[in-house]
Amino acid sequence: MTALPETTAKSLGLVIDLDTCVGCHACVTACKGWNDQGYGVPLSDADPYGDASGVFLNRVHSYQVATPDAAPQIVNFPRSCLHCADAPCVTVCPTGASYKRAEDGIVLVNEDACIGCGLCAWACPYGAREMDPAAGVMKKCTLCVDRIYNTELPEEDREPACVRTCPTGARHFGDLADPDSDVSRLVAARGGVDLMPGMGTRPVNKYLPPRKKGAVAAAPLAPFLDVPATGVAGFLDRLLRRL
Amino acid sequence: MHPAPSVIVFTVLSGLGFGFLAFLALGQPAVAGATAFLVWGAGYGLAVAGLLASTFHLGNPQRALLAFTQWRTSWLSREAWASVAALLTLAPVALADIFGWPLRWVFAIPGAALAVLTVLCTAMIYSQIRAVPRWHHWTTPAVFAGFAATGGAILACQPLAPALAVALSFLLWTAYRLGDAQFARAGQTLGTATGLAGQIAVFEWPHTGDTWLLREMIHTVGRRHADRLRVVAILGAGLVPAAILLVLPGITATALAAAVHLLGALAARWLFFAEAEHVVGLYYGRR
Repeated sequence: MTALPETTAKSLGLVIDLDTCVGCHACVTACKGWNDQGYGVPLSDADPYGDASGVFLNRVHSYQVATPDAAPQIVNFPRSCLHCADAPCVTVCPTGASYKRAEDGIVLVNEDACIGCGLCAWACPYGAREMDPAAGVMKKCTLCVDRIYNTELPEEDREPACVRTCPTGARHFGDLADPDSDVSRLVAARGGVDLMPGMGTRPVNKYLPPRKKGAVAAAPLAPFLDVPATGVAGFLDRLLRRL
Repeated sequence: MHPAPSVIVFTVLSGLGFGFLAFLALGQPAVAGATAFLVWGAGYGLAVAGLLASTFHLGNPQRALLAFTQWRTSWLSREAWASVAALLTLAPVALADIFGWPLRWVFAIPGAALAVLTVLCTAMIYSQIRAVPRWHHWTTPAVFAGFAATGGAILACQPLAPALAVALSFLLWTAYRLGDAQFARAGQTLGTATGLAGQIAVFEWPHTGDTWLLREMIHTVGRRHADRLRVVAILGAGLVPAAILLVLPGITATALAAAVHLLGALAARWLFFAEAEHVVGLYYGRR
């Protein structure tokens, strides 16, 4: 049923630390690796050794950010499904294939009921859903639903593949409805934010903004950069200024 | 957004068909016998051809019947129900006209109402989407209804047709004017999209190749001729057909006006998709 649940017992989701992410794309690779053989149809690649257009559930953008009181920096920005509380992708679905689970808040696609109309992807402001052109069904982050409850796996592996693989610990997984969970405390401590709050989606996933780095110290060689020219060079300098 | 031919044909033809069927149901014009068979057949043909075209862009059209299940929440599902209900309710009206059967009046008004409802449901599929600010506006259902009313009136040889056509052109012009400001009014920027403060610029995309997302939602090709196409749409959809209907006589005027109107409708609907900017484009520094 594509009606959203009134409340969910848990709100499982990710907290992504933009201060720590180094943009290595390991999460992208791990996600593709796991979900190629896990839940639903594999993530197809078209022309993998040429134009390399394929389906991914997680993408890492890079932005350059300049603030007046700090050095300019590159911020790497992983983008995937935010498992929104008011997920617009769920309510638009005509077949009931798109749904949000009442027990843990994960937004999933029942691929056997998906007609591939693409309307859910249009409704998502974050571009979190991608159509699989080979299977004609919609693919999205499952929060590795086939890992997190999988008792066949060692306990440390029962978290999403992207979180498990992240070499810098920039990705955190947990219940964001529980104010005492590690992820909720992290969000509170670091001032985690919602993406596009104006879209009314109430995302579960939170992003931790880069820490303030402080003002740039003057470079030690800076005083020597402006060398006054003397003698013949000084004469030429003055002459050239007048031309 | 990607202007898929199947979706353009679907919205244009089904809108025109249901508009025409609504006029026929109201007995404008009153038809009987073989004439009734031909005009009702044309109306049904347009509406059904449009609905069939909509299935061509589905990844798994064999499951299309499932689209009837979620009418409580989904406008696409409601549109499926409304279209089938309209076509079924109008059938006794058509048969009454063709064979002179009774009880025409019982089904006529509900049938016409359902035809109008179908067009509005089609419009709401697009208008409900907040992530496309240009569509998320009252002008979307107004323009869809305007096209159905004008196209239907032209085909049904209504004296009201020239006035409706002029009103449609004005409505289109209004939709373009207001639509251009909608993205900015939605207030989404790269800053709100990433939660970052300061001056932000796109440094690198996540991928070197093409993606479905770029092709579908960040479709920027073909906007070069947008200004000229807007003129074609405004003139073709309303002003030129109105002039033809007022100057030329009889069936020639109807045929010519309908052809020009259809051309204008196709141009307008192509622009409706091609000019619609999705907020996901912000992540890519493109709209």
